[in-house]
Amino acid sequence: MTVALSAKEVAAKLEQQLPSGIIESNEGSILVNSEFLPDIIAFLKTTPEFDFDYLNYITAVDYLDYFELVYQLTSMNHNHSLVIKTRCYGRENPSVPSIVDLFVAANPQEREIYDLMGIRFEGHPNLKRMFLWEGFEGHPQRKDYL
Amino acid sequence: MAIRTEPFVMNMGPVHPSTHGVYRMRLTLDGEVIIDIEPVVGYLHRGIEKLAEERTWTGVIPLTDRLDYISSMSNNLAYVLAVEKLAGIEVPERADYLRVIMAELQRISNHLVAVGSFFNDSGAYYTPFLQMYREREKIVDLFEMVCGQRLTYNYMRIGGVSQDVPDEFIPALYKLLDQLPSAIDTFDTFLKENEILLARAKGVGILPPDMAINSGVTGPVLRGSGVAWDLRKADPYSIYDRFEFDIPTGEAGDSYDRYRIRIEEMRQSLRILNQAVRQLPSGPVKADVPHLIRPPVGDAYAHIEAPKGELGFYVVSDNSISPYRCHIRPTSLLNLAALREMAIGWKIADLVLIFGSIDICLGEVDR
Amino acid sequence: MEIERPGDFIYSDTDVDLYEGQAIEELKANSRVPIPDPDEWLDEEIQQNILLTTVDWVLNWGRRSSPWVSLCFPACCAFEFIAAMGPRFDISRFGMEILRASPRQADLMITAGTLTWKHAPNIRRIYNQMAEPKWVIAMGACAVSGGIFRSGYNVVPGYNHIIPVDVYIPGCPPRPESLIQGIQMLQEKIAKRKNFA
Repeated sequence: MTVALSAKEVAAKLEQQLPSGIIESNEGSILVNSEFLPDIIAFLKTTPEFDFDYLNYITAVDYLDYFELVYQLTSMNHNHSLVIKTRCYGRENPSVPSIVDLFVAANPQEREIYDLMGIRFEGHPNLKRMFLWEGFEGHPQRKDYL
Repeated sequence: MAIRTEPFVMNMGPVHPSTHGVYRMRLTLDGEVIIDIEPVVGYLHRGIEKLAEERTWTGVIPLTDRLDYISSMSNNLAYVLAVEKLAGIEVPERADYLRVIMAELQRISNHLVAVGSFFNDSGAYYTPFLQMYREREKIVDLFEMVCGQRLTYNYMRIGGVSQDVPDEFIPALYKLLDQLPSAIDTFDTFLKENEILLARAKGVGILPPDMAINSGVTGPVLRGSGVAWDLRKADPYSIYDRFEFDIPTGEAGDSYDRYRIRIEEMRQSLRILNQAVRQLPSGPVKADVPHLIRPPVGDAYAHIEAPKGELGFYVVSDNSISPYRCHIRPTSLLNLAALREMAIGWKIADLVLIFGSIDICLGEVDR
Repeated sequence: MEIERPGDFIYSDTDVDLYEGQAIEELKANSRVPIPDPDEWLDEEIQQNILLTTVDWVLNWGRRSSPWVSLCFPACCAFEFIAAMGPRFDISRFGMEILRASPRQADLMITAGTLTWKHAPNIRRIYNQMAEPKWVIAMGACAVSGGIFRSGYNVVPGYNHIIPVDVYIPGCPPRPESLIQGIQMLQEKIAKRKNFA
């Protein structure tokens, strides 16, 4: 059975490494500061105690004040999983660092989020529209589209 | 005397007989050898995630049918599991057994199409495909008996299944379970040692296991590379922990291994079906859930082992009758993330076979 | 890990994308009104005035008895069409055994699946490449009117905004028997065609 790791314990361990990264943590997920996202995920990937080598999904939700990005990581060796969330504010040009260097699986999913939600990912090698054509105006998945 | 050559770009367009749908690739070729692939998707992007926000929680189920349209029962199952996890609904036992029976029949039906198309792509035009379709028609007959539809079933509901199976279903299922093993053995025997298949598929399109895990690849493609990760064993959902079955894995990670794994998975599914139909209890098939359900505020993610890989739904609720956000983990899009790694260095004809062995469905890629 | 793109020195993919995006926007702007259906053959007056010669009859018999289908398989209805080509509902008894990928050799386009604005210029181009006489069957609810996805931002509400359609087959997806009935209706239409006006 894949154990969903207790976010509070993981957050406590992460606090020792990167003290300013974690904003808060409840039972289900850890909310991190978006600037420290690649460092935190790299730490979780390389530490043998956690060994998160598989990215389940990346998704974005539009709460009208902010966008929330949700990442789920799983370790196949230890069979445990963790959910990480981060927020980005602003409707004009929100942006978040990209984790394409760590996980190739992030490449198409980040392009999709840019196309449909309008969130830019810094460091992505090929950030352009994927599902809709160049010249399409607007980002359809946002709550204020149509 | 050396000939000067230049690489050129060729378009393997959206309307193509071998791309299993509207998938487009811009290939950079040096002669016939591929040096780069740039995929272009979105020709079937219907906006299912946005349309789901306009419908009720139960009304999203017909939309999920059309995601991976060859295996609709699995898509329905993943969505209703996510909503039940969010709302904390318990499912009656007979409904669980019926769900497992439908999901495993769907897995066999999907793998029949996948293996048939694989042989179509490799040049055996139509004879193996028609053989597999003959078996698939028998399974589709069973589905039609239950829910009246041949392709997009809309059978699962939040809290169970929509209706009980009629009386003639169980004897027909027993008859099918007698006929299918010998049919699978027949075409496996005369296809697996075929020298054209071995020359075209063995050693072609190798995916190393760490690259597979990093690219988010799941399903038979991941197991073909040697990683024994199957969600029915690693993270059992529904009642899969009550059944005994094995997980076939490959060694080399080439197209031939992926084909062998699909044949073996069909046999394991028959094993699960034999156990499930004998343990089927009686009782209600749907929990008492209101039609306009309002789950509490929060979010949940549930995933299943669909025939093509890990299919998951991430649902967010704000206590209203429609979902606030319904995101679908795109199985086939992530399986294709490794295509570039697998196909560079091979020729175009090999690309067709590698693409066929991944077994994607464009409805899931584009949603 | 670095992702190298060796194709960059040959073509610029952003330029190609921009060019195609403009083509899509242009087609979308010009396709607001559906193309009227070519259904003059149902008109009562014309029916009474048609006098088919033996040459006409033989030509029509040849054309309707072996229509070759051009490939246009976006979505789920494709699988009902493939089932219709399968062993149980065999449409090769109607002469439609051949499914050529090349539109130049085809005279029937069975549109099985949802059409999106991104794909629409390609369908228009394939339709233009087919040689006369050619017919179109719109199969399934998405092809007739946009179906369950009609309010989507990328969905064309019916193929008749892009190409003229002869026969509409409802259903989601239509059973192979429905498809065979639609093909037979088209064969009746071809039988009444006046070739030399």
